[in-house]
Amino acid sequence: MLRDCRPLSLLCAAACWMLVGSAILLPGQAEAQTPDSPQVAMINELIEQGWRDYEIRPAPEVDDARWCRRVYLDILGRIPSLEELEAFIAERGANKRAELVERLLHDDRYTEEYARNWSTIWTNILIGRSGGTDRRDLTNREGMQKYLRDSFAANKSYNRMVYELVTATGTTKPGEENFNGAVNFLVGKVTEDDAVLATSSTSRIFLGLQVQCTQCHNHPFNKWKQQTFWEFNAFFRQTVALRRFVDGTRDVAFAELADQDFAGQAGNPDDAVIFYELRNGLTKSAYPAFIDHPPIDARGRVSDVNRRAELARQMMDSPFLDKMIVNRMWAHFLGYGFTKPVDDLGPHNPPSHPELLERLASDFRSSSYDLKELIKWITLSRPYQLEAKITAHNQIDDPTIGETPKFSNFYLRQMQAEQLYQSLVVASQAKARGSYAEQERERRRWLEQFVVAFGTDEGDEATTFNGSIPQALMMFNGDLIKRATSDTPESMIGTLGASQARMPEKVHRLFMAGLARRATRDEIVIAGKLLNARGGNQTEALQDLWWAILNSNEFILQH
Amino acid sequence: MSRRHFVKHMAGASAMLGSSLAMGHSLRVHADELKKNRKSAILLWMSGGPSTIDIWDLKPGAATGGPFQPISTSGDLQICEHLPMMAKQMHHMAVIRSMSTREADHNRGRYYMHTGYVPNPNIEHPGYGSVVAHELADQRPDLAIPPFVSVGGASAGPGFLGMAWAPFNVSSNGRIRNLEMDLENTRLMQRVAALNLMETSFIRETRGSVAADHQNVLKKTLEVLTSEQMAAFKVETEPEEVKERYGTNGFGQGCLLARRLVEAGVPFVEVDLGGWDNHANVHTILADQKLPQMDRAMSALVEDLEQRGLLEDTAIIWMGEFGRTPRINQDAGRDHWARSWSAVVGGAGINGGIAVGATSADGTAVETEPFSSEDLMASICHALGISLETTYTSKNDRPMKIAGGGKIINELFA
Repeated sequence: MLRDCRPLSLLCAAACWMLVGSAILLPGQAEAQTPDSPQVAMINELIEQGWRDYEIRPAPEVDDARWCRRVYLDILGRIPSLEELEAFIAERGANKRAELVERLLHDDRYTEEYARNWSTIWTNILIGRSGGTDRRDLTNREGMQKYLRDSFAANKSYNRMVYELVTATGTTKPGEENFNGAVNFLVGKVTEDDAVLATSSTSRIFLGLQVQCTQCHNHPFNKWKQQTFWEFNAFFRQTVALRRFVDGTRDVAFAELADQDFAGQAGNPDDAVIFYELRNGLTKSAYPAFIDHPPIDARGRVSDVNRRAELARQMMDSPFLDKMIVNRMWAHFLGYGFTKPVDDLGPHNPPSHPELLERLASDFRSSSYDLKELIKWITLSRPYQLEAKITAHNQIDDPTIGETPKFSNFYLRQMQAEQLYQSLVVASQAKARGSYAEQERERRRWLEQFVVAFGTDEGDEATTFNGSIPQALMMFNGDLIKRATSDTPESMIGTLGASQARMPEKVHRLFMAGLARRATRDEIVIAGKLLNARGGNQTEALQDLWWAILNSNEFILQH
Repeated sequence: MSRRHFVKHMAGASAMLGSSLAMGHSLRVHADELKKNRKSAILLWMSGGPSTIDIWDLKPGAATGGPFQPISTSGDLQICEHLPMMAKQMHHMAVIRSMSTREADHNRGRYYMHTGYVPNPNIEHPGYGSVVAHELADQRPDLAIPPFVSVGGASAGPGFLGMAWAPFNVSSNGRIRNLEMDLENTRLMQRVAALNLMETSFIRETRGSVAADHQNVLKKTLEVLTSEQMAAFKVETEPEEVKERYGTNGFGQGCLLARRLVEAGVPFVEVDLGGWDNHANVHTILADQKLPQMDRAMSALVEDLEQRGLLEDTAIIWMGEFGRTPRINQDAGRDHWARSWSAVVGGAGINGGIAVGATSADGTAVETEPFSSEDLMASICHALGISLETTYTSKNDRPMKIAGGGKIINELFA
């Protein structure tokens, strides 16, 4: 077994190799344990070092069924179907967890779902939950999603994706001439306020450098100065967003992101300077320069210098690029990043596991920025195998009370709205209705009810899908729940109700489908009471039970 | 099904809530003083950081002054000419002209002004609404509406008090999604019984506060689903002339909803008006859009509360994240500025018709005693009869003074 081998592998990866070599020869063992990859061993070693330092012991390992639910939710953005779950539980091999991860990442059956999940996640990162939802918005949400979906489906390397997003030119809307979905990241961020939003978003999202506070003045807690902000900003000043309107309206049909010659604010393309104001009203000048690097060529003609391409090139060399993505992915899978917030890697915000962050970042660079490799390292590492349980031996490891995370238990967290939506689609066993685009539109309409925008120029927003009452009301009464609990012939309840199994077995299967575990004795008893209350109608009793399962904390939480 | 009947069903569930509620318990030093407290607060949140130098603390003639002229009011102070209706209500309101804070980023400023604490990565502090709701809800056992309602905006979270004290977010027309049940009550109760069993056993497996929070929220959701008090959200049932007096736009109807909710006993309502982040063309936007809308709704709210005898028990707070730079920038806008700005308060026994504190001739500095978010929050708590000795124990066992340990702004009560 994977876990039997692990303590040894921690001491010495080489010893583990030898052990496995001999294990192949053991009689009666169908399949040998494949050794941990060096990255998994490294994660385990450094995380366990933290446990020893704090004298804590980790939570027990989570069982296969719950782990399966967990990894489907994180990689594909939905719970496994009952068939997928039962198939995984029935598997016998010692490498079954690694093999499942491999399947979810590389099997053609899952490519579309993998791409949809990660394009959903990245659309929210790049343009927020509300980007491209207003008719006057330059951003085209479908265009952004299409670019990301294609990129993730092809497993484009991460650095290439960043390069494309930062340098993209073309039109925003699928189907238009010169379409390039990648432009949707910046198209809504360069028009207002001298591309201030493009500056702060690019540095924060890809480099974990929060320079937005320094736009107006030097900040006492931030190493970067106002000058740094405007030097970074100068990279975006050749860039323009051109809009095409729907005839006779002010609605944006689509937009185009382009680079054009920039003469600077002094009108000299050979010395294309920009100006910004200090607090005291004095004016200062700035030329494009990457953080902590000397300025580049000051000329403003695109044929001389393409400023965004220069920026992207310097970003590709920055170690912050590697650290930021590793931190983001770690937080996605483990619930907390090495820093909080996850996208602030500035010197004022030291990480909880600096060595691990550094080494994962450099290994990720060495592996050609292959996101699927990174996902494998994290999902097969020891902290990802732990149960979501606080024990007497790891009580201090609870980030919800403000402790820095030590990853000695799997941190419970709410599903994202998008994960819940896809999981309810699985839970209802509903056949997909309509084309992909129609499904996306329906999903988007549903998601919009949870977005609340703050009235600021920076487009800040919050979600009410946060475990509060509106969300609970939706789970009680919403259309999606009604559909999930319906008893039409092909639905979960319909098929289960019509099957020949005995009632307790049906109840167990229902719990397995929703919560990846069998029902407890108390739950079987209450199912019996529901059956009585429904006058012996099994389908109705299962409906009641399914409603309760879907509304439970155990369903809505990733655990 | 009646609420009473329903609550009986839920009694079993609430007995299990004890441990999780203890997470954010407060020490009530003067518990008996609070018994008949019917006070409420309405926060008018001006998202984006309004240019208070153009609204409440004008500097006519100064280089920083901008084009607006001051006008006299029913109180002992002058305000912007674009607030003619508010001018008639200013005897109820006090302008604190000596707000001086340090957070000039939207997110940090929003957090600081809502909580009285600067952001800290290791702890989440509860916002105004959660604090006031938490302190006053116990004295209103019959209130089924969530005690903290946020209209048209996200407000701030409940922090360590837990999700049961989170804002109940509704849009400004008061419409609440998914409120109509089409399930027979007995069957709902049977489903809820099964649900409670599962919730409780999951919580018993020491899963931490996230799991327990969910159960608290479920309990409140069930109250919302079954209470007739929820009719308070039906703003559309108000007479046309009332709706028009408040203004037939989101903020106007939101303020009207706030009055209805306060009337129904809700301790805290926040109404959001965004669009104040005017880095360009600040004066055109204020004169043409923001101020007329705000003037109509805010004056209607003060007047209406007064006429209904509610103003003496209802504190009104008007503020944003910060003010805006006295200097007008190259785009005819003003940028973020926290060093010297104004907030407005009134009702619940607060002295009206006065300006508290003063800024320099060009508005760039506070020349009197400066006041912070903590001081403002302490003053509001005082007006609401909430003891400033109230101390919370955060989840990591640190004592947290209510209102960040701020001190009462005496001029508001003298």
